[in-house]
Formats: sequence, structure tokens, C-alpha cells
Amino acid sequence: MSRLQITFDALKQQQRKALIPFITAGDPAQKMTVPLMHGLVTAGADVIELGVPFSDPMADGPVIQRASERALKQGMTLRGVLNMVAEFRQQNTRTPVVLMGYGNPIEAMGWSEFAQRCEEVGVDGVLTVDFPPEESHDAFEHLQRHHIAPIFLLAPTTNEARIKQVAKLARGYVYYVSLKGVTGSGSIDLSAIEEKMPQLRKHIQLPIGVGFGIRDAATAKAVAKLCDGVVVGSRIVQEVETSNEQNVVANVSKLVSELRQAIDN
Amino acid sequence: MTYNFPDISGHFGQFGGSYMAETLVPAVEELTAQYLRFKDDAEFKAELAYELKHYVGRPSPIYHAKRLSEHLGGAQIYLKREDLNHTGAHKINSAMGQALLAKRMGKKRVIAETGAGMHGVATATVAARFGMECIVYMGAEDIVRQAPNVFRMKLLGATVVPVESGSKTLKDACNEAIRDWVTNVESTFYIFGTAAGPHPYPMMVRDFQCVIGNEAKVQMPEMIGRQPDAVIACVGGGSNAIGLFNPYIEIPEVQIIGVEAGGYGIASGKHAAPLTANAKVGVLHGNRVNLMQDENGQIIETHSISAGLDYPGVGPEHCLLKEIGRAQYVAINDDEAIAAFDALCRFEGIIPALESSHALAHAIKIAPTLAKEKVLLVNLSGRGDKDMNTVAKLKGITL
Repeated sequence: MSRLQITFDALKQQQRKALIPFITAGDPAQKMTVPLMHGLVTAGADVIELGVPFSDPMADGPVIQRASERALKQGMTLRGVLNMVAEFRQQNTRTPVVLMGYGNPIEAMGWSEFAQRCEEVGVDGVLTVDFPPEESHDAFEHLQRHHIAPIFLLAPTTNEARIKQVAKLARGYVYYVSLKGVTGSGSIDLSAIEEKMPQLRKHIQLPIGVGFGIRDAATAKAVAKLCDGVVVGSRIVQEVETSNEQNVVANVSKLVSELRQAIDN
Repeated sequence: MTYNFPDISGHFGQFGGSYMAETLVPAVEELTAQYLRFKDDAEFKAELAYELKHYVGRPSPIYHAKRLSEHLGGAQIYLKREDLNHTGAHKINSAMGQALLAKRMGKKRVIAETGAGMHGVATATVAARFGMECIVYMGAEDIVRQAPNVFRMKLLGATVVPVESGSKTLKDACNEAIRDWVTNVESTFYIFGTAAGPHPYPMMVRDFQCVIGNEAKVQMPEMIGRQPDAVIACVGGGSNAIGLFNPYIEIPEVQIIGVEAGGYGIASGKHAAPLTANAKVGVLHGNRVNLMQDENGQIIETHSISAGLDYPGVGPEHCLLKEIGRAQYVAINDDEAIAAFDALCRFEGIIPALESSHALAHAIKIAPTLAKEKVLLVNLSGRGDKDMNTVAKLKGITL
């Protein structure tokens, strides 16, 4: 059984919801990423989404754009991100890690080598924002061969036919983008999520995580009631941005603990 | 071989496709369906033809640049005068077509990215013409380079949003327009400027721009009794070029030459010529194309004196035409483009856009090596009024 499945099964048994924080690898500094990952787990993260920085992050708002720019300035590369996961796995073999980013850095490395390396270092899932299922055939084949879960986004604009298609291809969990917009924008519409969820559940057996627009503990708590997992990205990256190397792990951990408590209570 | 691209899913061989975030996938699918529904619709075609004739001023003439040709002492240079269109460039051909489609789709808000500002001006123009709200994204560096066009867009009622991220040029404006579209997908039509991006844009923009080549195919035999020996156009994303080239693909005797921006020279690495430099294939802005990138797949900053060509990718159909050998792609450096700009001003009384000056520069380069009977048709895709500041600065003059 995969780490993602074990994690979500266990949560279901405990009647708890997953907390899935996102950080950008290499932000604020390469040496801080692995300590931050451990900090996230200690503070209560169930799954870690690790952002692979890209020069042109078209689906991201200003907060994650700036994080990508900081990371690239530090010389962060996809190979470097994979090495970070290997280092993380020396101490943690339990927490699933999902790489999230854009297709071109993977294309440049080659899907075959990338998928193989993912398996070697202990990556569990890959989410490529700009590769919809229609353009992912090659990517799939390689990911499947190496037991890496392809994670897909669904959006408020996704129609039923596409939900079915994604349901067939997705593994691990499905990430529902709760609003029309880039990461970190707007405010979440809880009633719209509640309305969409039955349509998603009808076709999707996998756990459903919801993200985009979750900025505080109260919202995280409300969203958690509607789905299986809460993804928090820009708010955490913002915490990284306003911290320094000395206090970043403590500050981010404090924020994630608050989110954890809100979701569990 | 019959040339029939793209396929139903928007692929030009290995190139093109539709690489978009999930939120936008239904929007591009809807756009494809609506475009396919209206493109052969008699009423749509009649309205577009009417607007192109009475508002844009088509057909654009072809002009024999006799003095310049005589000076060069070789092949005859003919110019397809897209610079004489309303708004001063070829961009209006496609902006008009897309606006008419937006109108039929009930979209009241249009957005656009722009580099040199010509597509922004064209979009602001059609938005004013049809009473639509218009937002134009433009790199902060380009706003400085192309100040007159920024003012024009504002006069036409558009909001110009400066883009401060990345290299602050066309690709970043494109990123920001995509972000707007994700956010406002239901109310907004994205009037894309070039024959690139996710399907159906490379096909749709090409189809609207093919008016250039279709006219030329009729005009050249009227003028000289035959088709030209070569058609030449500048290539950034490549919309003016594909509009001229595509109708000529089926005539194998006509050589097709695309001219990319060589910047400081291919060897310098500071250019915007992915095809000439054999850039690796990658994915950006919704399509798979030759793309200027580093070994880690990060997009690298490009350089060209011309803001309209300053882009790391290129339309997928050009990638295919190069791969199958039907078209040839070359690069012209900044200084060669400026020399061509000067030459056209002095010999013909025509001030060309810096983008178009690249195409002209290649014609000037090869004309002397060819016989006097040979005919080169250059797409003069835009006029140079917008480039006064850039050229003056290069010459050390303060306006």
C-alpha cells in the first residue's frame, strides 16, 4: 500500500481530516527546506506538498511567485528538490510528499528519469499544474511504472465529463481548487464547495482535498467539515516570507499547529 | 503530402496542444467549440469581411520597393503593407475576428497581453468599437520602451496594467493575462495576440491572419504575373508570418523564410531566436514549442531591440514548418534591423516597425546575391511610429 493510502486510511479510521501544507522548496534558503518539512510534520501535517519553483508560475498569485523567485535565485533545481526529499526520508519514512509545480522542468529532465528518481528518493505523488489529463499520457506511463501517484486538480468550472475522466486517472487524492483564480487570491465560498461536493463524490472514490483561499484556522476548520483534507499554501509561504532563517521553522510550526487544532476540534 | 494541421486536439505534429490549469480547460474547450461553430458561419464571415474592408481598410496594398531594390542591385523587394491597416499593424486582423467571436459568446470584458503594444492597441480599438471593457497587460520594461502605444491604449479607454514580475516583458505580460483569465473566466474573453498558446489559439489566430497571404496570392499575379520566389516575415510568436506563410505552403516553388530576433547575436546567448538556435522543445503558455530555457527547464530571459519579438517561445506551426523543412528560419541582429529601418526610411519614405525591420533586413541581406528577376515578398507587418523613442535613444537623441 502506498504512503498516501496508508495516511488517508488511518485518518478515516480516526475520523480526522488531513492537513496538507505547501511550501516552496529552496525558500527562504535551500538549507532550510528539510528542517521546515520536519517542522511541518511535528506541527501536525499529514501530507507535505513541496513546490518545485518555476520561472513562469502562471497559476500562482504574487506570494508564491515571489517564493519561486527567491528559490530560483538560490539556485534551486528539480534535481535539488529530489535530493531534499531523499534527505527528508533519512528521518521520516511515514509522511507522504507530493511534488507540485509546472511541467517544463520535468520535461527538461525527462519523465522517465524523473519518475525513477521520484521512486528512489521517496516521492509519493506529482501534481503538474499545467498538464491536464489530455496531455499527460507519457507522464502517466512513467509515473505509474514507478508507483508515483498522479495528483489532479479539479475546479469549480470542471464539468461532469471531466470529473469522470480525472476519477479514472487520479491516484492518491484529488485536489479541488475551491475558487476561480490564482493561488492566494480571493476568499473562499463555503456554500459553493458544499454544493459541488456531491457531484465530485459521485465519481471520485479517492479522498478529496480542498485548497486555494484558506487563510486562517476558522476557514480551515469550516472547509475540513466538507471534505477529506485541507490544503494551505499561500498563507504558509507568506509566513516564510516574513520570517528569517532563525525563526522560520518556529513561526511556520506555530501556524500549522493552530490549523491542526482548528481542524481537529 | 497534404498539409492539414492542427489535428482535432490542437497538435501540429509533436507541437502545440493544450497545456492549461484545470480552471481554464473548460474555457478553452468552449472557445474551440464556439470558434468551430462560427468560423464557417455565413453571417460571421460577412460581418468580419465588412469590418476588415470598411474599418481596417483591407485589402492592404503590395508595394514594389523599387529604389531600395535598385540600390541593392539584385532581387526585387515587394512589401505587403500591413502597416497601412487601421492601428498600424497586422494585429487588428485577429483582434477583430476574436472580438466578433467574443460578441457572439456574450463576453463583455476582453483582456490582452502585449509586447510592442500593437496588439494592445488593436484590442483596445476593437473593444472601443464594440463597447467592451478592455484590460491590457504589458511588461513594465515594455511600457517604457513603447510609451506612445501606452498612451494610445489609454485614449481608447483601455486599462493598461504594468507587469513587474520576471523579465517585465511579453512573456510576463502573458503570465499575468492568464492569471486574470483564471480569475474572471466566465465574464472574460482573452484576445490572444499571436498564433501560439493553448488550442484553439494557434489555429484561430492563424486563420484570421491568413487574410494577409490570401490577399497576396491574388495581388502578386496581378502585379507581376506570378507568385513571388520567396515570402519573408518576422517571427516572435509568429502571427504575421503564419498569416502570410500558411496560404503559400501548398505552392512548393515559393520559398518560406521566417526571421527571428538575433538580438546581440546567436553566439551571445542574448537573443529571441528559439528556432534558429535550435532551442529544446518544452511547454510554456499552453503549448509545446521550441523554447529558450536553461538545462533545468527554467525559461531564460531573452533580448531583442524589438519588444514585439522579445519572447522565448514561438508558435507551434512554425516549429512544425521548420521540422518538416517547408520553411527556413534565420536570425537578424539588432544592428542589422536598425540598418534596414534606416534604409526603408531613406529609400522609400516608409518608417517600418522594428519587428518588421528584421524581415526587411534579411531581404536586404539576400537580395544582392540573387538575380534581378527574383522577387522577394516581405511582410511589412507594422509601422514604426511607436519606435521613435527606442530609435532616437539608440542614436543618442533626446526627443
